Amino acid sequence: MDTQDPKIRFDNVTKVFGEGVDAFTALRNLNLDIADGEIVTVVGPSGCGKSTAMNIVAGLQDVTSGQCLVNGTEVHGPGPDRGVIFQQYALFPWLTVRKNVEFGLKLQGLGKDERRKRAEHYIALVGLSDFADTLPKNLSGGMKQRCAIARAYAVNPSVLLMDEPFGALDALTRVRLQDQLLDTWSRDKRTIMFITHDVDEAVYLAHRVIVLAARPGRLQEIIEVDLPFPRNEDIRLSSEFTKIRNRVWHAVYTRSDKETA
Amino acid sequence: MSVISDAEPPDQKRRGVPPRALVLGIISFAAGIGLWWLATVSGLSVLPNPLAVAIRFGELLANGQLLSDAGASLARVLTGFVIGTAVAIPVGFLMGWYKTARSLIDPWIQFFRVVPPLAIIPLAIVTLGIDEKPKIFVIFLAAFLSSVVATYQGVISVDKTYINAARVLGASDRTIFAKVVIPASTPFILVGFRIGLGSAWATVVAAELIAAQSGLGFRMQQAQLYYDLPTIFVSLITIGILGLIMDRVVVWSDTRLTGWQERM
Repeated sequence: MDTQDPKIRFDNVTKVFGEGVDAFTALRNLNLDIADGEIVTVVGPSGCGKSTAMNIVAGLQDVTSGQCLVNGTEVHGPGPDRGVIFQQYALFPWLTVRKNVEFGLKLQGLGKDERRKRAEHYIALVGLSDFADTLPKNLSGGMKQRCAIARAYAVNPSVLLMDEPFGALDALTRVRLQDQLLDTWSRDKRTIMFITHDVDEAVYLAHRVIVLAARPGRLQEIIEVDLPFPRNEDIRLSSEFTKIRNRVWHAVYTRSDKETA
Repeated sequence: MSVISDAEPPDQKRRGVPPRALVLGIISFAAGIGLWWLATVSGLSVLPNPLAVAIRFGELLANGQLLSDAGASLARVLTGFVIGTAVAIPVGFLMGWYKTARSLIDPWIQFFRVVPPLAIIPLAIVTLGIDEKPKIFVIFLAAFLSSVVATYQGVISVDKTYINAARVLGASDRTIFAKVVIPASTPFILVGFRIGLGSAWATVVAAELIAAQSGLGFRMQQAQLYYDLPTIFVSLITIGILGLIMDRVVVWSDTRLTGWQERM
């Protein structure tokens, strides 16, 4: 992975919101490379700029200084090469599951039959085939998020950006979706940047856990997760997992406590 | 045995039985007519009794006057309402989408919103003549003002996440407008329609009371001169029924068009 160019590169990225006395530094001098096919999770206390970092890669927010590169080119606005999955699902409530998944395909100018075929494939992948013609209001939280994942996958992005995607789900659904995510990743090896506040989740999914500190948001520590793939329950319950988990926990919470005290 | 039949699935029991709300509604309505009857028969009130009103209703229906009056009023309302909303929706979208347009248009709307449309009538008659134009103009104004505010509120309250979700899937501003902003603001627009239709209907009757040669308001004005209370009642009831029907039509189209909403 070292020999390749990074898939995502934060080059001294600073993001300031507002001006003058109201100015708020969400991110300061962030330098970070994410390799192609790597899963990186980002954790940190609220206000550490983790969502800002993701929005910058997504092209939903501009940098104040420095630059953000995806595939070696500077990010200017969003694009279908970077799929985003939001915590609030962000499904269009007036469209059925199928129409939601087809939304991005339509924008790519795909014909009706091709669109339908692709949509059906990804709806099946997330196990929603029986609900293809259901409106989001009739889906559970877990099903909504699966639909959002299918919608993001359908346009075949090379990077997946996930902003606390499983945060609002119950523990069991969350674990299932984590396993599904890893299962899909094992086949397509997409680069994933995953924001979470759940330390277990961060360790379970990642090659590396990026710990950010708050006020101003900045890089605190990068923790390598030296656990084999495929990950499963045995790994989740292993002592190695616990060791890494404790390191991350310590980096996130203990240090931020000291700072605020 | 009765215990067993009580335990039947509730769905089966309800089938064929009118819902409780409907039954109560009918009882309430019948009681109202009864009270009206009692008040007039006992001489407590000078109002015409329900029978006299029903007879007049039949007469006016038979000689076609009621239909032509109702038709005249409805035609004014619908013309004014259709033009009003047809202008309000693009203006509302413009105001919601472009801050400049909002700043330019909003003061005018806020000003005219506090002027009752009826207060415009004298001016409208002087400048537009005494035919249909001044009446349709004030109805247009009434429908326009409530719909434009609702549309603009709808556009500015579209959830930012929907817009972001569309953007990251590669949508242009135009697509976002057509595929996200319009459907997301439809519930607001329909609320505006409902209010707009109500105020258009209220405005037409009042406008006809002031200056018209036809319509339900005009008929009441005439009946007043001859102390013809049953005709006034017939007109009032017709106004109520037509208003109710139009409101139901909007509510029905609301459930059809925005059934995707998560309702409480």
